[in-house]
Amino acid sequence: MTHAQDLPERADGWQGVASDLASDQRAFKTASWGKAMMWIFLLSDTFIFSCFLLSYMTVRMSTVVPWPNPSEVFSLHVAGTTFPLLLIAIMTFVLISSSGTMALAVNYGYRRDRKTTAILLLITAALGATFVGMQAFEWTKLIMEGARPWSNPWGAEQFGAAFFMITGFHGTHVTFGVIFLLIVAWRVWFGHFDVGKRGFFTDRRGQYETVEIVGLYWHFVDLVWVFIFAFFYLW
Amino acid sequence: MQHGTVHAQTAAATTHAEGQQHPLKLYLVIWGWLFVLSACSYFVDFFHVQGYLRWSLILIFMMLKAGLIVAIFMHMAWERLALVYAIIIPPVLVLVFVAIMAIEANYTELTRGFFFASGS
Repeated sequence: MTHAQDLPERADGWQGVASDLASDQRAFKTASWGKAMMWIFLLSDTFIFSCFLLSYMTVRMSTVVPWPNPSEVFSLHVAGTTFPLLLIAIMTFVLISSSGTMALAVNYGYRRDRKTTAILLLITAALGATFVGMQAFEWTKLIMEGARPWSNPWGAEQFGAAFFMITGFHGTHVTFGVIFLLIVAWRVWFGHFDVGKRGFFTDRRGQYETVEIVGLYWHFVDLVWVFIFAFFYLW
Repeated sequence: MQHGTVHAQTAAATTHAEGQQHPLKLYLVIWGWLFVLSACSYFVDFFHVQGYLRWSLILIFMMLKAGLIVAIFMHMAWERLALVYAIIIPPVLVLVFVAIMAIEANYTELTRGFFFASGS
């Protein structure tokens, strides 16, 4: 492969977009194929979640029955006081925290700090697992109170369908993310990326960029939650 | 990929194929801001802000958080424009879909109101 210093200067701005895409080589000059493919996967996943949120918007706008007030439905009673959306707020902070530890893990990975990277990845995975646990608690609470995908005690029936579909899909993404994180943490801890050991699943030699790529996925999961939090819980 | 040459170049202003290396402080500052913005979103609900102010605050905090995550944590700010546009523009076009479905939903609500009111 050509060394970076041998390459001619590349144009920036629109000129750069046009020449990169028309260059009959790889279009994404600075992103490796792994990173580019993760971004493209995330784009497709964006469309999936967009469709869920759009369907939710459509049913909420078109129903003539009042929509349940999420502020009350998701409130928690703690020490005699009712806090609106308390559990959801804690879940949001847990996920933001995990995004921060993930960003640090990527940084330490590129410094070749094996132990710190692995520990940060494990913390990220633990926070993700905590999030899923809290979501399971939330689902249990709502189901006990009578929420179903087809009916609920608080208002428009479409509420349950939208809630279980959107949060369920997001929770599944978090769960898979935790599994990926554990695999990458394991590979980092045992130095697989330092010696170029082949992975058992893809049979490819990993690099520390793998940490950044799994990080892209993890930040995306956090990103989706930002939109769910805004549109489903706060709106 | 030749690791030696790529990583021998220390964090230059430009990006290369591997190794998005930025100072730790940047991540910590962004992390702090994400906490602040999340708290702000929560307080919108906690203090029962209503109406257009509520919706605009929710959207502003949401976009700021999403922007910080994508730009800094996902390193989009340092990617080439070709990748940035390929990934960012398609989701923006979803707004057209939003507009179509909003019109559709309004029409459905109108007809439901009309038929349910006259039918019963």
